[in-house]
Amino acid sequence: MNLEVDFAGIKLKNPVTVASGTFGYGREYSDFYDLGKIGAVITKGTSLKPKNGNKPSRVCETAAGMINSIGLQNPGVEYFAKYDLPFLRKYDTKIIVNACGSSIDEYVELCKILNGLDIDGVELNLSCPNVKEGCMAFGNTYEGVKEVTSAVRKVLDKPLIVKLTPNVTDIAGIAKGAEDGGADAISAINTLLAMKIDIETRKPVLANNTGGLSGPAIKPVAVRMVYQIANAVKIPVMGLGGITNGEDAIEFMLAGAKAISIGCGNFIDPYTAPKTVAGIEKYLEKHNIDDVNDIVGKVQMN
Amino acid sequence: MPKVQIQAKLVQVNQLKHDIFKFSVAAKEITDQAKPGQFLEIRVTDQVEPFLRRPISIYNMDKEKGILEFIFQVKGKGTKLLTQKQVGDDIDIVGPLGFGIFDYSKYQNLAIIGGGIGVFPLYELAKEAKKDGKNVTTYLGYRNKDFVLLEKEFEQVSDELCLATDDGSYGKNGFAINFLKEDIENGKIDSIYACGPLPMLRAVKALAVEKNIPCQVSLEEKMGCGMGVCVGCSVKIASSPAENPEYVGVCKAGPVFDATYVEF
Repeated sequence: MNLEVDFAGIKLKNPVTVASGTFGYGREYSDFYDLGKIGAVITKGTSLKPKNGNKPSRVCETAAGMINSIGLQNPGVEYFAKYDLPFLRKYDTKIIVNACGSSIDEYVELCKILNGLDIDGVELNLSCPNVKEGCMAFGNTYEGVKEVTSAVRKVLDKPLIVKLTPNVTDIAGIAKGAEDGGADAISAINTLLAMKIDIETRKPVLANNTGGLSGPAIKPVAVRMVYQIANAVKIPVMGLGGITNGEDAIEFMLAGAKAISIGCGNFIDPYTAPKTVAGIEKYLEKHNIDDVNDIVGKVQMN
Repeated sequence: MPKVQIQAKLVQVNQLKHDIFKFSVAAKEITDQAKPGQFLEIRVTDQVEPFLRRPISIYNMDKEKGILEFIFQVKGKGTKLLTQKQVGDDIDIVGPLGFGIFDYSKYQNLAIIGGGIGVFPLYELAKEAKKDGKNVTTYLGYRNKDFVLLEKEFEQVSDELCLATDDGSYGKNGFAINFLKEDIENGKIDSIYACGPLPMLRAVKALAVEKNIPCQVSLEEKMGCGMGVCVGCSVKIASSPAENPEYVGVCKAGPVFDATYVEF
């Protein structure tokens, strides 16, 4: 049985990756299993300079999910290159760095540095809902996405994945912006802008008032968007949003995702990613399918 | 040794109050390595609702038998689900978690002070410290006599126990910190370890700073992952400037901190 997928030139040994911001730089989960069991590690959103993140409280639980407003706290690309990259390289998995910036110049500067590092690809974060500048501000128009993508494309030879926000009216149109800007792939979706109110204090639970909703609660929205994107662009799609097992992963792949990411599913069970690989295998076996690539986009619409 | 995820068999349940339960589980993989101050992340369902694991502190460990005990108060749907577990059931636990632990090695005369349900993580600390030959004075504060918990248990692991209630309906009358203050002024204390509600922790920190006594506090925060990945449970580093605050994760750098290191 073949589980390998060629994702925008990145050879993933299986289609299961772990999503930015839910896996750090891999260290914490390496206590539980060999990171070589998964297709790729997508790192925590990493910026040119260290970022301290938002004021706490930053997370809260909601029905079948959670809201976060971390604000991209990260140690910066220099630290990553020195301490985290050598660690991740010890494992037989692909390394994709989630890159975030607050201006086009910053994205470009960061990607120039990333281009020189021993990594397998870059995921451009145009979708974080929790920072005032950059990210989602670029990600919610065709022009914005195309502009950042093409600027980065000029300095980046490595596979370029653009991560999109679902907080838009026309996700397919925006995905085209990434494709037209020269992206090699799309990943979708980031979190949905959300809010939770404490009815006793009458204040939002998160200090930032709003945050990004993730978890199984958003899965149907994500599946729909992945389907729409996959049918609008020719480049491959990384599907994510609420995946906690192999069946969820298959659903995304049928919708058109060539690879998938486990996000906060990592939190509820540290073994979610390797269990998802096993779950995909089980499905393929049950349906006598030899190659995981054969299910991509095979949803039969009514 | 690293943290693990295990299915721990529930061997005993004690209901301490109408809403407070003590669970004893077989968890040798965790007791073999856990230290006072560390905590667990417990999954209360195999479904996705409620979604997140519940961070719960370690109360007591029998390292020889591999028995781990934790106490929790029913606060919401997660902890309520947990109470439905029966002896013989498996409980999905990740632990031990937290690199910030209680460290009393340099001191001899320890003050351990807890308030309300914050007393739970202090038991293992008091027990281990006493075993290590330290002089342990424990101060427990409760709202009134209906809230008093674990008096006998703490008596056994303390050289001296001072139990106080806010309204004087049981034990000494007043806040536990008042009695700690007296003992500090009498030169009986050279370090402080605290866990409890934030107003109490702030008062203990202020007292420790005023008297120039080293103090560790165990903090509680809403957590996402519980192991330092999501950086959701952050607390401000006290020395960082207000206009550019820096944060550390309670789950990873804590949950036990030097009181002056963090702002709470």
